Amino acid sequence: MESIFKLVIAVAAALAALPAFAAINVFACEPEWGALAQELAGDGVSVYTGTTALQDPHRIEARPSLIARVRSADLVICTGADLEVGWLPLLLTQSGNAKIQPGSPGFFEASLYAAKIEIPKIVDRSLGDIHPSGNPHIHLDPRNIAKVANELSERLIRLDPANADVYKTRAASFQERWRAAVQRWEQQAARLRGVPIVVYHRDLSYLINWLGLREAGSLEPKPGIPPTPSHLSEIVERMRREPAKAIVYSAYNDPRAAEFLSERARIPAVMLPFTVGGSDRARDLFGLFDDTLARLLATVK
Amino acid sequence: MNRPQVMALAAAAALGMSQSAIAVSDEELKDLRAQVREMKLDYEKRIDALERRLQQAEAAAGKAQVAAGKAESTASQAAIQASNRPTGENAMNPGVSLILNGIYSNLSQDPNGFRINGFVPTLGEVGPPARGLSLGESELAFAANIDHHFRGTLIASISPDNNSAAIEEGYIQTLSLSNGFTLKAGRFFSAVGYQNQIHAHAWDFADTPLASKVFLGNRLAEDGVQLRWVAPTELYFDVGLELGRGRQFPGGPDGGRNKNGFGSSNLFTHAGGDVGASTAWQAGLSYLSTSPRDRSYNDPDATGTTVSNSFSGRSRLWVLDGILKWAPNRNNTYTSFKLQAEYFRRSENGSLRYDTAAASLGTQTGGFTSRQSGWYLQGVYQFVPQWRVGYRYDRLNSGATSLGAVDSGVLAAADFPVLAHYTPTRHTLMADWNPSEFSRIRLQLARDQSRLGATDHQVLLQYIMSLGAHGAHKF
Repeated sequence: MESIFKLVIAVAAALAALPAFAAINVFACEPEWGALAQELAGDGVSVYTGTTALQDPHRIEARPSLIARVRSADLVICTGADLEVGWLPLLLTQSGNAKIQPGSPGFFEASLYAAKIEIPKIVDRSLGDIHPSGNPHIHLDPRNIAKVANELSERLIRLDPANADVYKTRAASFQERWRAAVQRWEQQAARLRGVPIVVYHRDLSYLINWLGLREAGSLEPKPGIPPTPSHLSEIVERMRREPAKAIVYSAYNDPRAAEFLSERARIPAVMLPFTVGGSDRARDLFGLFDDTLARLLATVK
Repeated sequence: MNRPQVMALAAAAALGMSQSAIAVSDEELKDLRAQVREMKLDYEKRIDALERRLQQAEAAAGKAQVAAGKAESTASQAAIQASNRPTGENAMNPGVSLILNGIYSNLSQDPNGFRINGFVPTLGEVGPPARGLSLGESELAFAANIDHHFRGTLIASISPDNNSAAIEEGYIQTLSLSNGFTLKAGRFFSAVGYQNQIHAHAWDFADTPLASKVFLGNRLAEDGVQLRWVAPTELYFDVGLELGRGRQFPGGPDGGRNKNGFGSSNLFTHAGGDVGASTAWQAGLSYLSTSPRDRSYNDPDATGTTVSNSFSGRSRLWVLDGILKWAPNRNNTYTSFKLQAEYFRRSENGSLRYDTAAASLGTQTGGFTSRQSGWYLQGVYQFVPQWRVGYRYDRLNSGATSLGAVDSGVLAAADFPVLAHYTPTRHTLMADWNPSEFSRIRLQLARDQSRLGATDHQVLLQYIMSLGAHGAHKF
């Protein structure tokens, strides 16, 4: 017993002496924040992204590999607004890492820096898996990305003041390119104003809001509840009366419900990358919006 | 001379009209020059004044622009703030969640006569639920960060039978130790094996594996301290040590020994990681060592009298556990599969006191050694959203138990019927429907051969619902 304990301590001491690799180890809960950190810090950070565009960020489990990454993180960047409520608290408490606990400089919640929409007036689970502090999927409004970028850049400087100039230069360059891109996207998307679309989950609300699209229904009967046949046939009926231009779903959604509706209602089903990595073109944040707009614009030609 | 005339003259002069064309005297010229100079000065003054006014207007406009910008940013700040969490007196309340569950059970054997043959009965209740409809234990959980150093959790279970509330878990844990260390203190589910740390509402079957029942008395919740360290490696690796009171089986007596120091220790380690894009795994090994004193159980002896026997000595338990989870691209919304297995091996050395109350043949004490093992393997498959099916196989091996009192001929093996060699097995099938993340309705069928010569066919129908704070998605 005692000898085992000594062995454990020895192994622990040996492993604790392992060197750190990059200036700032970033754990990003979602790919968009990983991509943003990369834009703002370049080689100054080593980014690990905990989820992919093919996963529903609500439903992640606190699996060992994620705990191991949070254990060594200097900065955890998450959306917040209860998006990661099922798994992030576990990662934080299991990690044994004081640097990234809420309230520390190493914990960054992106949704704090954007005005949230769809804040429920009534908070009750009979309405589905709703988020009391509003819709958390803020990243699909590029103006929110700019706001978060400002704050994140300041946070990087605070964590790594020695490289403040690098972060400032990179942030200025990003903001300039982003402003130009947003202007371009808004021009391109002028045709989308008022176009009715059906969504899968209400994860595209910020995009809809930004582009002035109109949400004409969702495949989920209630947030977080998978589509049911009765709800789908109800939407088919509604689409016969006032057809939408497209049925839009995210990369992590099962396409079957959208395809079912698409066939019945004769409306194209469009997969959107949702976040970085959701499609071949959505390789970074610019590609994400380029591809999202291209896919939406293809439906109104 | 009025001004238009002067201007006309000036213009004429400027156009270079010859003096011969318009005849003017020197006197008049002087006068004209003076007037032009006066006019020039006058206009310069006016232009200056205009320029000043323009500058002022421009400055004012700039200020207005700045103010407008400020107002806009204030408005957007306000919007952000308004859209963030509400504040108030109850904003600091801990997260509260409540678990409700109820069960209907149809059993072919009387649950009151439940025992697992070949194994020393544990101190708590491990049998199936009462026949018919019954309310399960309700669970009430509170959890919150206490400050920047500590987090606190209290989970009370309210039993419907004796209307009593018990502390299932109540512990604090550190947040600020850093370097991968976490210290827990209080009452917590011991990190022995995998299933032991899972709360009942998150179980994949309605009951625990047979191995958990015989080796841990269903579940080991120790009063003690736990130090855990997570390695700074990409592959997950942790080691930990728990020192506890020994208040539960395999420690004993019930409630723990009357002594300073600790009555149980558990050393554990886990490794885990991802394989490919769709699979994750975790493996663990733990070693639980306790030194029970007068850990008693009841058993009818050869005369048919129920006598109380007690064990004192050392109990050592090794548990090897492994979990494999698969979901396409790790997206478990639609389909997923979970494979879980644990292997338990226990050795106990010490002495067994027969008939401690001298109710039958009189108190006798003899040596006691046993080497026992057990395992289970279970798989749960989610084939469409909301629906899962699962199968579990349980098998125990009572191994070799030697009793000094029997070997010396003082007593007969028939005086210790529950310890007679046996290999309990059980097959369990379940199907559950999960309309949302917060509710589950489960049907479970089992063929339980825990009892020698009596197969129990069980049908359980169960609901488990959670209210309040969002539950944790533990791996």
